[in-house]
Amino acid sequence: MTVPVRRFDAVIVGGGGAGMRAALQLSESGLKTAVLSKVFPTRSHTVAAQGGISASLGNVQEDRWEWHMYDTVKGSDWLGDQDAIEFMCRKAPEAVIELEHFGMPFDRLENGKIYQRPFGGHTQNNGESPVQRACAAADRTGHAMLHTLYQRNVRANTQFFVEWMALDLIRDEAGDVVGVTALEMETGEVYIFHAKAVLFATGGAGRIYAASTNAFINTGDGLGMCVRAGIPLEDMEFWQFHPTGVAGAGVLITEGVRGEGGILLNANGERFMERYAPNLKDLAPRDFVARSMEQEVLEGRGCGPNKDYVLLKLDHLGPDIIKQRLPGIREIAIKFAGVDPIKEPIPVIPTCHYMMGGIPTNYRGEVVIPQGDNPEARVNGFYAAGECACASVHGANRLGTNSLLDLVVFGKSAGDSMVEFIRNEMPNWKPLPANAAERSLARISRLDNQTNGEDVTEVRTAMQRTVQARAAVFRNSENLALGVKEIQEVAERVKRIQIKDKSKVFNTARVEALELENLIEVAVATLISAEARKESRGAHAHADFQQRDDEVWMKHTLYYGDDRRLTYKPVHTKPLSVDYIPPKERTF
Amino acid sequence: MTDIDPVEIKRIRWRSRRGLLELDIVLERFLANGFDQLTMAELAAYRKCLELGDNDFLDYVNGKAEVDDPELAHIIGILRAV
Repeated sequence: MTVPVRRFDAVIVGGGGAGMRAALQLSESGLKTAVLSKVFPTRSHTVAAQGGISASLGNVQEDRWEWHMYDTVKGSDWLGDQDAIEFMCRKAPEAVIELEHFGMPFDRLENGKIYQRPFGGHTQNNGESPVQRACAAADRTGHAMLHTLYQRNVRANTQFFVEWMALDLIRDEAGDVVGVTALEMETGEVYIFHAKAVLFATGGAGRIYAASTNAFINTGDGLGMCVRAGIPLEDMEFWQFHPTGVAGAGVLITEGVRGEGGILLNANGERFMERYAPNLKDLAPRDFVARSMEQEVLEGRGCGPNKDYVLLKLDHLGPDIIKQRLPGIREIAIKFAGVDPIKEPIPVIPTCHYMMGGIPTNYRGEVVIPQGDNPEARVNGFYAAGECACASVHGANRLGTNSLLDLVVFGKSAGDSMVEFIRNEMPNWKPLPANAAERSLARISRLDNQTNGEDVTEVRTAMQRTVQARAAVFRNSENLALGVKEIQEVAERVKRIQIKDKSKVFNTARVEALELENLIEVAVATLISAEARKESRGAHAHADFQQRDDEVWMKHTLYYGDDRRLTYKPVHTKPLSVDYIPPKERTF
Repeated sequence: MTDIDPVEIKRIRWRSRRGLLELDIVLERFLANGFDQLTMAELAAYRKCLELGDNDFLDYVNGKAEVDDPELAHIIGILRAV
């Protein structure tokens, strides 16, 4: 079967903040650049980022990039690579000012400079006192960034392929990346995108969890494609959680609710936080509350038909306080939980928010994998940026407002590296391998021909329940070992998923089946990586190994999907220009 | 909705996938329950809603913002009730 080929200098998969920032760099350099996106770019999940983008502009209070770097290293619980962290924090002011020049409507001070607000974890003088470092465009920072970048890209002649889903990475015999295959949803046809360089900016994969704040499009497509192409995934055990998402929906209930006196109850009506944290009770730190909630569920004291959530009780506060001090909460509860908190408690569960791990890259955005003695050999022609990439700046835990910064700094850096690579090393296209589209066509053909198979929704639910139960915030050896076994059983079921609708045009059932094949790779990587890490660090809190163990575990996990094995590589301890920030106990 | 091109219906279903989880949930419920009963005029209005930015769309659906466009008011009312 002949598959049509389209040729570009650079192909970018994903039209969110990172993909569009990289595309701009390439298009403005005069290179022919394509961006493939499942949805219209301005409706990427970047739109959900409200908090802001951090940069040590010092517009409100004295600030320095070195302090931002310290906060990020500490936030990462010393798993972040200090060269990449220095790079990001140093570049931050320039990146924000550049966005301002592009026309992004930041909030301003009276003197005309960009206003900055405080945000958790950002401090002056290495943890001394909070600092106002977050630049925002009202509560629509992500939205404003997407629109700004989209307009610039249109002007720079970036070619957008909207409602196209990339299927597989194409590597030649040398292992170099020479393109991707992609499905045009409109026609159901598969195409080859032949490129001198490919960038993945496919976002996170939070949909592996039953409880997730991520939009439905966040299915880890780039990560699935990497695993199938023999590229390892880094630090997949690290996922950031929020304690109170609406059970079954994922929509967040702000922590302010507990601040105002809301309390958590188990199935027996017991205020269980009194047992775990006798002093702070429901106001204990976020991760502690989340783990306690999950322990209640695991010990059989969860609520509901599946005993899989706890209750957030507000009715004792009275209707006036709920309406006055917690605006919007009542509407969220009614709309997404189907309960009126004035009368009934809200079902809540720890909810996945952000993926710290991803495709291994350096601060130049180049994908790097072990080869011989070199733990970080470049994969020629392959780049990644944004949530799908692991540079690694977030390490074991991400600071708020560092994600939008990550998108623009590493999107631009990867774009620059690609321009340099194409100009200096790849003036012509490398030939496509003869079987370039074979894997993708086989996947689609299997879906079309599968009989007596498994239902996509059922298998996806089984995967989400397993990951939620075994690898959310409460982790211990027994539970993780069970999870490793169970998720591999689900993975076997994914091999037999079946779709009823075999039509070609806008077949969303097919798209969802292909997405599940990506999600499951991420889910298996998460369980296997988490089971192996026998320490507690950042978001990976292990009940049987409660201390951080820098001696043994200050290293990055690498997961290979072909034989589901792990290797490790060192954390970068040499910043680019400043002194190493040695590990300390992480207290706040 | 019998006169509508079935491909157009599938396209509209895909475009109901958004960047914000809250919208995904509301629209998924709506697609499962209510979407098939839309009149031609309502469908045209829904299609127009899908052209909105996610934040504006959600503010309308949550009742955080008033709908100025009379063409959209009715369909937003339906979505608010989902």
